[in-house]
Amino acid sequence: MDNVLNQIGIENYIFLSVILFCIGVFGVLYRRNAIIVFMSIEIMLNAVNLLFVAFSTYHQDPQGQIFVFFSMAVAAAEVAVGLAIVVSIFRNLGSIDIDNLKNLKG
Amino acid sequence: MDTNLALVLLLAPFLGFLINVFFGKSLGKSVSGFIGTGTVVVSFVVTLVFFLQINQNGKPIQISLFDWISINGFKVDFGFLLDQLSLLWLMFVTGIGALIHLYSISYMHDDENMHKFFAYLNLFVFFMISLVMGSNLLVMFIGWEGVGLCSYLLIGFWYKNQDYNDAAKKAFIMNRIGDLGLLIGIFILATLFSTLDFAQLKTAILSGTNTNTCWIAAAALALFIGACGKSAQIPLYTWLPDAMAGPTPVSALIHAATMVTAGIFMITRLNFLFGMDIDTMHVVNTIIAVIGAVTALVAATIGLVQNDIKKVLAYSTVSQLGLMFLALGLGAYEVAVFHVITHAFFKACLFLGSGSVIHALHGEQDMRKMGGLKKAMPVTFITMLISSLAISGIFPLAGFWSKDEILMVAYEHNKVLYIIGSIASIMTAFYMFRLMYLTFFKDFRGTEEQKHHLHESPALITFPLIVLAILAAIGGAISLPGNSWLNNYLAPLFAEKAGEAHGLGGEQYMLMGIAMAGALIGIGYAYSKYIKQNQIPEEDSEITGFSKVLYNKYYVDEAYEFLFVKPVNVLSRFFRDYVETAVSGVVFGLAKVTGELGYQGKKLQNGNIGFYLFVFVFGVCAMITYIFLAK
Repeated sequence: MDNVLNQIGIENYIFLSVILFCIGVFGVLYRRNAIIVFMSIEIMLNAVNLLFVAFSTYHQDPQGQIFVFFSMAVAAAEVAVGLAIVVSIFRNLGSIDIDNLKNLKG
Repeated sequence: MDTNLALVLLLAPFLGFLINVFFGKSLGKSVSGFIGTGTVVVSFVVTLVFFLQINQNGKPIQISLFDWISINGFKVDFGFLLDQLSLLWLMFVTGIGALIHLYSISYMHDDENMHKFFAYLNLFVFFMISLVMGSNLLVMFIGWEGVGLCSYLLIGFWYKNQDYNDAAKKAFIMNRIGDLGLLIGIFILATLFSTLDFAQLKTAILSGTNTNTCWIAAAALALFIGACGKSAQIPLYTWLPDAMAGPTPVSALIHAATMVTAGIFMITRLNFLFGMDIDTMHVVNTIIAVIGAVTALVAATIGLVQNDIKKVLAYSTVSQLGLMFLALGLGAYEVAVFHVITHAFFKACLFLGSGSVIHALHGEQDMRKMGGLKKAMPVTFITMLISSLAISGIFPLAGFWSKDEILMVAYEHNKVLYIIGSIASIMTAFYMFRLMYLTFFKDFRGTEEQKHHLHESPALITFPLIVLAILAAIGGAISLPGNSWLNNYLAPLFAEKAGEAHGLGGEQYMLMGIAMAGALIGIGYAYSKYIKQNQIPEEDSEITGFSKVLYNKYYVDEAYEFLFVKPVNVLSRFFRDYVETAVSGVVFGLAKVTGELGYQGKKLQNGNIGFYLFVFVFGVCAMITYIFLAK
């Protein structure tokens, strides 16, 4: 393990995570398709997970990895619920363009 | 046993009130009338039992129902006191009350709201009984306020006429001014003696431990202001003549015989306070006597020229009440009480008689349109004649004895007050016989149609008249000079032995002679003016000179309007136009700002998810920037 981290360097992990996170943010902001938005959110989540694991190794502390397990379990549940919502939106509106979801307006 | 009987006495009229309020309409007019009358008769019978009892053994009955208020040593019982004074008052409140209820059954029979009338009347009797029976000032105050309320309700009984409503409001407001005085007096007494119980107050005052003479006199003065309001004395008397807007039985019961004597009752009840031998109290007593005498004179002069039969009697009542206050101010409490009783007899009779006349003429109250009723209404005529002779002070009717006693007391203390009182008495004789001559003598001056319908009133109306006329004739027997049952009966009430009934020396005979001669002069003058010269008072527009001032009641109402009503109106208009506008401007402004903010903020919630997400991300970035960079 030491080798991997030493060979690549912690800073590269951080750069990768930040890039992934930014990709996710821009995906959420710019895409109209609900599924793409959804995937972008997953990318952001995984960017954070990656950072957790990297720092866990760096500090020699397994707590970070345990946390990632929790976060992945929650993400799985979230995906299940989210996809169900997207399916039901598609059934109701015939499209999953988020601009069509203005009915949520108060 | 006594407690139960006393509760029956108190609550019987209240029960009548409840029945008439809730079931009166469905029970029908006659039944509701007889329930109203019956409950008061029950009270009268119970009063009679108590009265005979106390007349024999002279022991007052004190009843305490429960602790009402108990704060830090200051305690007020909800209790009743049946002593000589309260039982005497109850006798004529329930007795005359029952007669007037009986009278009302016939008098009000054509009114659609008869059950309401009896409900109010019963409620009045209930409150009057609690006023008289209260064992402390606070229970008395409940009754005091209650009778004021009933007076208001009954003056405005024919509520469809706006003038009557105004009269009712006037009576209520005038009474409230007096009630404020009464309350202040009660507060001062409570502070000084930390008790409101009559018996304890008496002990505390007679022991002479409290030497705060200024405050004691201030309390007495404040209480007297309360009495002024209720008993229609200057400067609060103007409501009573207007109160004649109510049905005539109301005028007889409330505004002649019972409620307006509450002020005299209260002062007599507190005779130990008003009779204190301290300088400040002498000043208060002088004020009372002077106000009484001036009221007697002023009201009598106004009564000289009134043409409304009930207005004449109303000013006569104010004038007689003034004489009673004159007696109170001079410390002759038993004399004032004596006059209250005889006045209740003959004034109730006069009012009921005038009601009988008004009834026969279908609501006509103007004496210029009456006349010649002697033949058509013999019973009404004879009973009213007896009462008029009594109020004028003709020997040996009731008014002669009581009025004479007041004048004798005045003569002993102060010749000026005596002369004022005598002039008022002469005027009384004049205007009463002016009323009699205009109403019953000569020819009828009304319309032909009224003339055909002239008739004597039914027995339910004439019976109370006859009873009251008999009482007005012989009522003086309860306190004859030299052998006064009343003075002996009331003696336990007074701190010092009540003044012995006046012996019959030469001076007394002379005073009686003068009073009698004065009354005859008044009657004679009325006779020459209205019978011999056959005068009839002019139309309103033709009245000139001083009699115009009198006819318009010295313009007191106008003066009050100018001095009090107008400024209050100006003030309230100022508050409405400026203060309220400013305050509501601020309040509405705040509401407007909030509303506008909300309206603009609403636009943020446009439902565009992309926009939401952008704001969300932007917010997170801003927070992160703040946390990591700004710190």
